[in-house]
Amino acid sequence: MSKDRLDIPDYNTLFSEHRFVEQRLNKQQFEAPCSEQETAEALAYSQSAEYMEKNFNRKAVVINPHKACQPLGSIMAALGFEKTLPFVHGSQGCNSYFRSHLSRHFKEPTPAVSSSMTEDAAVFGGMSNLIDGLENSIALYKPEMVALCTTCMAEVIGDDLSSFIGNARQKGVISEDFPVAFCNTPSFVGSHITGYDSMLKGILSYLYERSGLQAAPGSGEETGEKLNVMLGFEPYTGNFAEIRKILDAFDTKYTLLGDHSGNYDSPATGEYEYYYGGTKLADVPLAANALGTLSLQKYTLKKTQDFISETWKQQVSALSTPLGIAGTDKLLEAISELTGLPIPASLLEERGRVVDALTDSHPYLHGKRVALVGDPDLLIGLIGFCMEVGMEPVHIVCSNGDVDFNEVKFKEEAEALLASSPYGSEATVYVGNDLWHMRSLLLTDPVDLAIGSSHLKFAAKDANVPLIRVGFPIFDRHHMHRYPILGYQGALNLLSQIVNTVLDELDRNNSGFNYDLVR
Amino acid sequence: MGLDIEANKKLVEEVLEAYPKKAKKDREKHFQINTEEAQTCGTCALKSNIKSRPGVMTPRGCSYAGSKGVVWGPIKDMVHISHGPIGCGQYSWGTRRNYASGTLGIDNFTAMQITSDFQETDIVFGGDKKLEVIMREITEMFPLAKGISVQSECPVGLIGDDIEAVSKKMSKELEMPVVPVRCEGFRGVSQSLGHHIANDAIRDFVLGKAELAETGPYDVNIIGDYNIGGDAWASRILLEEMGLRVIAQWSGDGTLNELEIAHKAKLNLIHCHRSMNYMVEHMEKAYGIPWMEYNFFGPSKTYESLRAIAALFDETIQENCEKMIAKHKPAMDAIIHKYKPRLENKKVLLMIGGLRSRHTIGAYEDLGMDIVASGYEFAHKDDYEKTFPMMKEGTIIMDDPTAYELEELAQKMNVDLVGSGVKEKYVYHKMGVPFRQMHSWDYSGPYHGFDGFKIFAKDMDMTVNSPVWNLIQKKKTVQKEEASI
Repeated sequence: MSKDRLDIPDYNTLFSEHRFVEQRLNKQQFEAPCSEQETAEALAYSQSAEYMEKNFNRKAVVINPHKACQPLGSIMAALGFEKTLPFVHGSQGCNSYFRSHLSRHFKEPTPAVSSSMTEDAAVFGGMSNLIDGLENSIALYKPEMVALCTTCMAEVIGDDLSSFIGNARQKGVISEDFPVAFCNTPSFVGSHITGYDSMLKGILSYLYERSGLQAAPGSGEETGEKLNVMLGFEPYTGNFAEIRKILDAFDTKYTLLGDHSGNYDSPATGEYEYYYGGTKLADVPLAANALGTLSLQKYTLKKTQDFISETWKQQVSALSTPLGIAGTDKLLEAISELTGLPIPASLLEERGRVVDALTDSHPYLHGKRVALVGDPDLLIGLIGFCMEVGMEPVHIVCSNGDVDFNEVKFKEEAEALLASSPYGSEATVYVGNDLWHMRSLLLTDPVDLAIGSSHLKFAAKDANVPLIRVGFPIFDRHHMHRYPILGYQGALNLLSQIVNTVLDELDRNNSGFNYDLVR
Repeated sequence: MGLDIEANKKLVEEVLEAYPKKAKKDREKHFQINTEEAQTCGTCALKSNIKSRPGVMTPRGCSYAGSKGVVWGPIKDMVHISHGPIGCGQYSWGTRRNYASGTLGIDNFTAMQITSDFQETDIVFGGDKKLEVIMREITEMFPLAKGISVQSECPVGLIGDDIEAVSKKMSKELEMPVVPVRCEGFRGVSQSLGHHIANDAIRDFVLGKAELAETGPYDVNIIGDYNIGGDAWASRILLEEMGLRVIAQWSGDGTLNELEIAHKAKLNLIHCHRSMNYMVEHMEKAYGIPWMEYNFFGPSKTYESLRAIAALFDETIQENCEKMIAKHKPAMDAIIHKYKPRLENKKVLLMIGGLRSRHTIGAYEDLGMDIVASGYEFAHKDDYEKTFPMMKEGTIIMDDPTAYELEELAQKMNVDLVGSGVKEKYVYHKMGVPFRQMHSWDYSGPYHGFDGFKIFAKDMDMTVNSPVWNLIQKKKTVQKEEASI
């Protein structure tokens, strides 16, 4: 042991020391705290069925919701395009929040600017802020496109993006041909997934219209015979690599419409470059000539899908996040159908290997009761995955699930999917509810596992349920997003996380005799 | 050893070349190189607390962030409603690490997101009626909540909701303090106005509303410590060890009662002067409570502050103070002995909120590190007046620096450590520049006091000297090597 070893306790150890425990007790004389008995009673009450009833009866207050606001999704969509600078028109604090939030999940920088509107803009409108902002941001960050969205402030005062951009051109601040795609993203409508959709549609329609091309699906030489693929509000950079692997195995040409994996998984090279990867701007109008479009988040991408089928007249094959074996089977069938290509043997072999893994693990998963939280498309994928390995989804909470696809609402589809398997018979789907509702559910009707984002950790802890982190945001674990969860490989990753959590729990809760070496 | 004043002036000029004319002219006013003259200023040329340029990637947040995120959010036994659309509450949920004891959701509501989740109809018809219902539901859901605050988001002010009237009505009905806070994000130029608005609300609705059973000669308040990673606890323990009685802690791990009885203290000790100066100034006027700014970052500043605090009390406290310093000094010396050789002469660039850009300097200097540039997101003139004298000649001092400026400076100055926030962090990781988040301590801490300095020193060593930085194959180097083959 080195002579100068110093004992430096971390915060857990430090604040467990007697002197700090004593400090906390002593401080109470000034806190006017509730008595221990009152607190214990309130805690017990909060775990009761009576409390749950009240909890589910509340009409107005929202407690720990599992959704964010539109512009956040819009920034993610913008970063899916080559050298595109996201620009948030409105109050600057929002932009700081979006940048922090996304950076906390991906552990990567989020370049985005704001027009920094303040009181005077609230009175006179934000046009001069927007024009100055375009001039400054283009000079500093040298984007090849700006992708503009709004905050609630700009929406409430009714700023008109299109005419403001026109005025910026007139003033010569931006050249006539400098692309500025835009969309309206009021935070009091929808959620982050709505914002993703709005911006993706905004960029596709803008770049297409200004190109002057006429969509001719399946036409052209090099440009035809291609597939468009959209992943949507995708918190996993690993999913982009996985979908590429799958498409490459088909040996089909494709364009990913919106690929932020470059920006959110860039290398440390000693230099920072602002923009990494992304869909090439020139590829967007050409995408109008593709054979068809595959959407992997049908609820998220409603507006974009409609735009593609109506304006580009393409066949749109819309799925929810393809998780698990059945989900991936559907994905491969959809690709095969759109391209006319057979499903590659290499993928079928991979399927077999992953199914083999599932057979190895099924005894530890069978009958496990699971609570699920997430965005609609993720939840459809997760429900499918859980049921195919014999787990039983029990509580399913979707704060932003009030969306439909082809007149079918998320809740209906989720319920139909659950009804299709005996493993879904225990489940209830809650739409528009929050994680405080989930807490009541977990406490009154316990489950074995919870699956959801980091925000679910509080309810999971209260109910003493292990949490498997899937979705967005994952702030408190590292690198989860680098591993795919879609495709067969993704199924294997999900399986590993889940089964090894179950095994960890078994070891952690052993009673001495069952601390088994072999499992 | 001073830095090269002329060279740094030129450096700043070079960096600002990238701006369009109007923005450049503005940004020039936000930089100053420290000189002997500037140190004695009060007449500094540096501009602060004015609007950020649109489009520049400012690090700043908004009033709501200052009020809910910083000042009110950590009051643990009140429920703070993020009143408006969903985002603001979501993004400020549990991200500032204000530690608090208690049971979350029962008698502690800090790491929670309670919101009115405005929909389009609320924008059209107003959210006042809904706000009433929300407050009633809060008392049903959280029967032990001692009060409620309404943290207004942008639309609330824009559509003209009368949250004051609702709060007044509901305070009577619910028989608890209900505090409207007009901290809409578009107000002011940064978080800073939000601090001011939050302070005014404390003053108007809470302060002086309760009595302290027994007052004593050693009663003090800790003001402006948000207990990031337990900082306030690591500070409080020193004051108490010295024989003082901390009767209120604002607002990290704080309670409504502490806000209400704080006017009974004999002295206000303020750590973050930027966010709570309004309060100590008010309490001085209204209650005759003197105040002093202290700094518990690093042993030198901590000794200095402890002695300055003790000097305001009697000999007993002064003796206790010396005894305490004598007791802790060997441990502090041991830390310095271990880490200084590893950190000496390392160049640091800081850009933090409104206090730490100067308060942490002493801690870095205790470890032998040099601050070559320092700047604030949202400081005011008085912050700069205090900052210049603390810095070496030639140091670059900057106000509301943009992402672009920081990146250029860090590279051109070849710094060994950047201390800033999460938005900046990963940029420097790409560059291969060691980085610490100095808003949240990178999920570590505490950094205050003697307990905190140990962790601070360990964290800085870990960051600056990590072998991972050597693994980065610098693109430029690789290209050069390739070219020479």
